[in-house]
Amino acid sequence: MRYSDSLRQMEYRTIAGLVRKESSVLDLGCGTGDLLSLLAVEKNVRGQGIEIDERSIYACVARGLSVFHGDIDSGLSEYADKSFDYVVLCESLQEVRHPDIVLKEALRVGRKVIVSFPNFAHYRARVQLFFRGRTPVTPALPFPWYDTPNLHFLSIGDFIAYCSLRNIRIARSTFLCERGTIRLFPSLRALVGIFVLSRPETPPHPSRT
Amino acid sequence: MNEGRIGVVETRSFTFARPPDTFRLECGETLSPVTLAYETYGHLNAQKSNAILILHALSGDAHAAGFHEGEEKPGWWDEMIGPGKAFDTRTYFVICSNVLGGCRGSTGPSSPDPSTGRPYGARFPFITIGDMVAAQRNLVDHLGIDSLLSVAGGSMGGMQALQWVVKYPERVRSAIAIATAARHSPQQIAFNEVGRQAIMADPGWKDGDYYDGPGPEKGLAVARMVGHITYMSDRSMEEKFGRRLREGGRCAGGRNIFEVENYLHYRGHSFVRRFDANSYLYITKAMDHFDLARGRPLWEALRGIHAKLLVIAFRSDWLYPAYQSQEIVRACKRAGLDATYCEIDSTYGHDAFLVETPQQTHLIRHFLRKVQCGQTTEAYEI
Repeated sequence: MRYSDSLRQMEYRTIAGLVRKESSVLDLGCGTGDLLSLLAVEKNVRGQGIEIDERSIYACVARGLSVFHGDIDSGLSEYADKSFDYVVLCESLQEVRHPDIVLKEALRVGRKVIVSFPNFAHYRARVQLFFRGRTPVTPALPFPWYDTPNLHFLSIGDFIAYCSLRNIRIARSTFLCERGTIRLFPSLRALVGIFVLSRPETPPHPSRT
Repeated sequence: MNEGRIGVVETRSFTFARPPDTFRLECGETLSPVTLAYETYGHLNAQKSNAILILHALSGDAHAAGFHEGEEKPGWWDEMIGPGKAFDTRTYFVICSNVLGGCRGSTGPSSPDPSTGRPYGARFPFITIGDMVAAQRNLVDHLGIDSLLSVAGGSMGGMQALQWVVKYPERVRSAIAIATAARHSPQQIAFNEVGRQAIMADPGWKDGDYYDGPGPEKGLAVARMVGHITYMSDRSMEEKFGRRLREGGRCAGGRNIFEVENYLHYRGHSFVRRFDANSYLYITKAMDHFDLARGRPLWEALRGIHAKLLVIAFRSDWLYPAYQSQEIVRACKRAGLDATYCEIDSTYGHDAFLVETPQQTHLIRHFLRKVQCGQTTEAYEI
């Protein structure tokens, strides 16, 4: 379990609300397929997952999901451009080795990319770091430093600045705390940030062979 | 779970391409007639929509499950086929046939050549995985089945499953390819060639015309011994044999032989009793020349295919390493196929596809259910 159930359910529901019916979805780091099965059942999407953990693969298959056992960092290069309507990175961007490359690839493979991640600059994290001098542990970041799948710690502010730097268009953003969606001071108050991204329109590039 | 046994089964045979008809092979030559030995388990439903074709590996045969009358050893994939098993015979109609070129009831080099009345031997034409699959299609036609729910097999069986999908895409709804490759690597060809050379170096081989004598028994046994080494992993051999010595077994110099040597001798000798050396030559050649994509990029061969794919590899399999399955998976991604891939953490090497039952059962059972019903559920059980 990654973090509090209600927060996680809210995150999945929010993402499901962003996805069009009958669309195609590639879920990177799909885990046991919680989100992908929700999308399949409620939005009738054509889903495909990629997941590194063998036990999670068995869970996905038991749910009737199509899933590739492998890591995300090397798992996207074969896909043709715009193979999926959505590429989803739900709580997995901070776990990949090269998030910059993965996002670039996700934006190539998907028409839209949905990213959600725990906000490292949540006020509780700031307090723990500033006053106690300790690596933060929050409902969205429940792991101690010595046993965490997270390789990168980013804040909502970091991510917005990154998108600006890479010229990535943020089509929509939603911020969650334990009680629901928030709008004011998300960088301080949000536990989780959810972004819908798209590549800026560019002239068609030479066709791939 | 209501697991049970299939009970006593019989191998049947189906003959087609009787004169004046012929069965044209990819090499351009023809065979007439062609017989395939096959077994079936379970019942074909009224819509004829629940049939699964099981495809065997190099040394397998039509006897995949159940028991032959009076025998104690069940078919080669009995753990996977039967009531309540991965290929659940309460739900599915399961077919398994001996491959073309085989020696277990199907037409092969040891069958009589109608033009001479004597076994074909080395005059048997060159056959391919595609020819094996084309022959199976005749059997499937004969059984009145338009569309197979699935084709499934490990090793060479996986090659046939993939070949089915590419050759007859409108006839298969899904394929299960286990511990296999879209084409052999030089290493795989090399091991097969050592086996072939062992057979042909045996004076008993007589250029393939040995059917009035004992045949190249030593050569075939050595070929099988090499094969068995490649089917196991370093770790599975360590666990199975260690450096233990065999009590009473003596070799040159009066030393005890190792358990591993004894095992290989036993495997080699028992293989000779049930397998034809020429079939070994022809079938290994068919495997070596198999190339699913025929020189094209693999994804192009898979483009436009609607069959769902389940690809399974085993971590310790060094004969058919996981990277070969991943090549198939990458092509599926590029071609936009609906596919699932799992690399099972097993220590059994290539043999894993015959012994790692629980994991394969889980994957296959749910995969087949999806193919049959096309459902996704939020709830699941492991």
